[in-house]
Amino acid sequence: MDGVPLLSLMLLVPMLGAIACLFAGERAARAIALAATLIDFALGIILWLNYDIGGAQWQFTERAPIFAGFSWALGIDGIALMLIMLSVFLMPICILASRAIDQRVGEYMAAFLFMEALMLGVFAAQDLFLFYIFFEAGLIPMYLIIGVWGGKDRIYAAYKFFLYTLLGSVVMLIAMLWMVNEAGTTDIPTLMAYDFPAGAQTWLWLAFFASFAVKMPMWPVHTWLPDAHVQAPTAGSVILAGVLLKMGGYGFIRFSLPMFPEASAQLMWLVFALSMLAVVLTSLIALVQHDMKKLIAYSSVAHMAIVTVGLFAFNVQGLEGAMIVMLSHGLVSGALFLCVGVIYDRLHTREIDRYGGLSINMPKYALFFMLFTMASIGLPGTSGFVGEFLSLAGIYQVSSWVTAVCATGIILGAAYMLYLYWRIAFGVQKNADAAAMPDLSAREWLMLGPIAAAVLWMGVYPESFLAPMRADIAALDARVARAKPEGDARLALGEPAAAEADTHEGAH
Amino acid sequence: MDFAASLALIVPEIVLSVSGLVLLLVAAWAGDGSARLISAVSCLVLAACFALVAPAVCAGASGPDTVAFAGQFRADAFAGFAKLMIYAATGAALVVAPGFFGRTGSMRAEYPVLVLFSALGMSVMVSAGDLIALYIGLELQSLAAYVLAAFLRHDTRSAEAGLKYFVLGALASGILLFGMSLTYGFTGTTTFDGIRAALGGGLSTGALFGLVFMLAGLAFKISAVPFHMWTPDVYEGAPTPVTLFFASAPKVAAVALTTRVAIEAFGSQADAWRQVVIFAALASIVVGALGAIGQANIKRFLAYSSINNVGFILIGLACATAAGVSAMLVYLAIYVAMTVGSFVAVLMLKDADGEPIDEIAQMAGLSRTRPALAWCLMALMFSLAGIPPLFGFWGKFVVFQAAVQADLIALAALGIAASVMAAYYYIKIVKIMFFDEPADTIRGKSDRAHWALLAISAVLMSPLGYLLTGWLDTLADRAAAALFLLA
Repeated sequence: MDGVPLLSLMLLVPMLGAIACLFAGERAARAIALAATLIDFALGIILWLNYDIGGAQWQFTERAPIFAGFSWALGIDGIALMLIMLSVFLMPICILASRAIDQRVGEYMAAFLFMEALMLGVFAAQDLFLFYIFFEAGLIPMYLIIGVWGGKDRIYAAYKFFLYTLLGSVVMLIAMLWMVNEAGTTDIPTLMAYDFPAGAQTWLWLAFFASFAVKMPMWPVHTWLPDAHVQAPTAGSVILAGVLLKMGGYGFIRFSLPMFPEASAQLMWLVFALSMLAVVLTSLIALVQHDMKKLIAYSSVAHMAIVTVGLFAFNVQGLEGAMIVMLSHGLVSGALFLCVGVIYDRLHTREIDRYGGLSINMPKYALFFMLFTMASIGLPGTSGFVGEFLSLAGIYQVSSWVTAVCATGIILGAAYMLYLYWRIAFGVQKNADAAAMPDLSAREWLMLGPIAAAVLWMGVYPESFLAPMRADIAALDARVARAKPEGDARLALGEPAAAEADTHEGAH
Repeated sequence: MDFAASLALIVPEIVLSVSGLVLLLVAAWAGDGSARLISAVSCLVLAACFALVAPAVCAGASGPDTVAFAGQFRADAFAGFAKLMIYAATGAALVVAPGFFGRTGSMRAEYPVLVLFSALGMSVMVSAGDLIALYIGLELQSLAAYVLAAFLRHDTRSAEAGLKYFVLGALASGILLFGMSLTYGFTGTTTFDGIRAALGGGLSTGALFGLVFMLAGLAFKISAVPFHMWTPDVYEGAPTPVTLFFASAPKVAAVALTTRVAIEAFGSQADAWRQVVIFAALASIVVGALGAIGQANIKRFLAYSSINNVGFILIGLACATAAGVSAMLVYLAIYVAMTVGSFVAVLMLKDADGEPIDEIAQMAGLSRTRPALAWCLMALMFSLAGIPPLFGFWGKFVVFQAAVQADLIALAALGIAASVMAAYYYIKIVKIMFFDEPADTIRGKSDRAHWALLAISAVLMSPLGYLLTGWLDTLADRAAAALFLLA
């Protein structure tokens, strides 16, 4: 595979597909979009197979200085590889989930393919400004997807999404300009090893935080997310929850932590405080939702808070856990939105009370829905457990209180997810139209089946996903080690147990 | 430097003035029937001038060899860069005009001639090395522009625009002249070199007043806040090809002139004018953004958008560094392409009878009735908002980079935060075109010249534009270096 610019190719395929879709008719556009995303998925598998675990930190690097001030530099490490795999895996499923879209199909598919190219660009960019361009450009297709094909209040949601995330990002641009001016390079790997002055780090960290916290989203700047999720079409929600939210976590792990370790340690309390609030508050809010999509959206905020505490735990378990939660949440929340989409396509309402007893007439659907519900709660055997356990184990080394508060998220998560499942799948069939809905079609099997397999795989054998990231996470851990905060556990050596045994023996 | 060498440096201006005079005679004898012919010849003349200037820009001409008439006139790379933009924008204003005026039979032969004289005035403006040359160029440009604004003389809005432009423009000229006279009085010279030498020791209160009044007069010409009030009215009332012209070429000329005055004449007193420029920049960004939100007319909307853009350009000037000036030139080049494209798109909004439409509400659902036009306009709107990957982002990027390098981080942060406000109204246009139900009133056909210009502009604004960055930055850097070499 040497010499083939695989990453550029992965960006080019959806880009060309997008242009072709703009000029194609409805059926052709669907076919082109599915083909382009499947080709990209195949390229992604090739990428993973050729990724040399334990090899160079940055692989598949490409560099072409064709612009002034920055260059077309791509390359991935294990962390980026996993997120790229998540993106290319979810995209064909999104295209399949878009059967209900019946107007302006060409433009819709073009927007999705354009979005895919930009997401892959974000994870593959090795140049600071190239990253920014990809990161920011994603606003345009998402704005159109929400605004054109969204629900009733789509325009408000589209505006809110666009302006909220734009305001977060522009401050980051100024910080990036300062960093490049200071360090004299736009190369991300070089910048990751550059030691910025501690005083400046705080400001830079806050500027990056403004962007990633909105993208993540963290409480209290999460309010764009429920609106955007509820109004977006099903596939839009899947991409939003599955991949776009991961850009915030990726930003923390790629920029905030390695570039500003001192500031990260200094402002750790801010992240912890916001995350604890997010876990408890948004879980409670999720408990009282009547709208299925809104409930899952709020649960996303809670799960992302587990990611942020894991990231700022400054140890390997926390970082690995955060990555696995991100991957797992990408699959699980995507799948949950698909599950909502399946019944929404049949009844055209997201109101939870309009359903009930679906396990009677849609047993296969109920089974899938249950699996993803359990994965969202974090049941052992599913991907959710691995990630949340590792994250909480990591944070326990730093702060018992944060762990205690964040662990309630699992209990509350079980409460709102099981309550949701109960109201939809169990009980009597109180609505005749809901009771008459047919079970999963072959297309829906194709959408949910692969995700279910991936969720179980990640739950049973997470090593496949951890192995490529291990070296990179160890490198990151070593990089931030100098700023590592002291844990609050204060483990003290107790009386040796053997001595006690001796005294017992003496008494006899 | 002898007279012949001086004359050689002003060949583009000689070509422009001679051909303008000849074409005026042709217009007088042949009447309005020759309007299209004169337009075509004028375009050729501009193309020739473009070709004459281009070598100096590519070579980065600078130094004493580029100074003509004992410092009155400068044909350096900076002036050349501005002239290239001016000639290109002027050419666009000529190309789009017949399609607009021809429908009502108001395509008169004077139009291309006036545009040529205006271009000549702008050429002199950007090359001025002396307050007198500055004023001559500015007035030649302005007088032609006043007539152009009122070109549809039976249309009351056009007449009103002409009158407003004239009255306020005359006021601005008066303020400028007052500033020039104070500067002359306190420095004893009208040449930029002489003023700089006289101010080397410090800025007296009188000279400071001169500087402030001159900046105020120039702020009128670039429509920077708080001297922007004429812009929406004039842009709305003037015929659309003329508005296209006003928003592009004269703005380039006035910005280049302001830069030259600030850097060459007052370069040693950058701290004195920087605060004025910073205020004008931030105020323009905010007022432009807030003003545009409530507009129902697309031409007024673009007027506020141009005020907003001038604010970003002035951030480059506030740096008072070569990087800042280079960033301004890059921004201006991108701005000209975006503005020409936007106004061409406005020209293409016509109802079934070919009657022009400028109500924003009528553009509802344009993406379903005229998808090609709507997609091009969307690219231009996101580009004006400075959202990557569109090329408009690059203009903002270089300006903010220059500001950060000049240690004006607070200015950069405020400016970029205010740009989010501006993004709101650009995405509102996208919302109207893409999200709303079609109004379906826009049905008129457009001629090939419009489509061609729109396509060029849209391709430049697409991510393909980034391939030009290396080339554009090199030329702009050389041009800025030429300016600072003299300063």
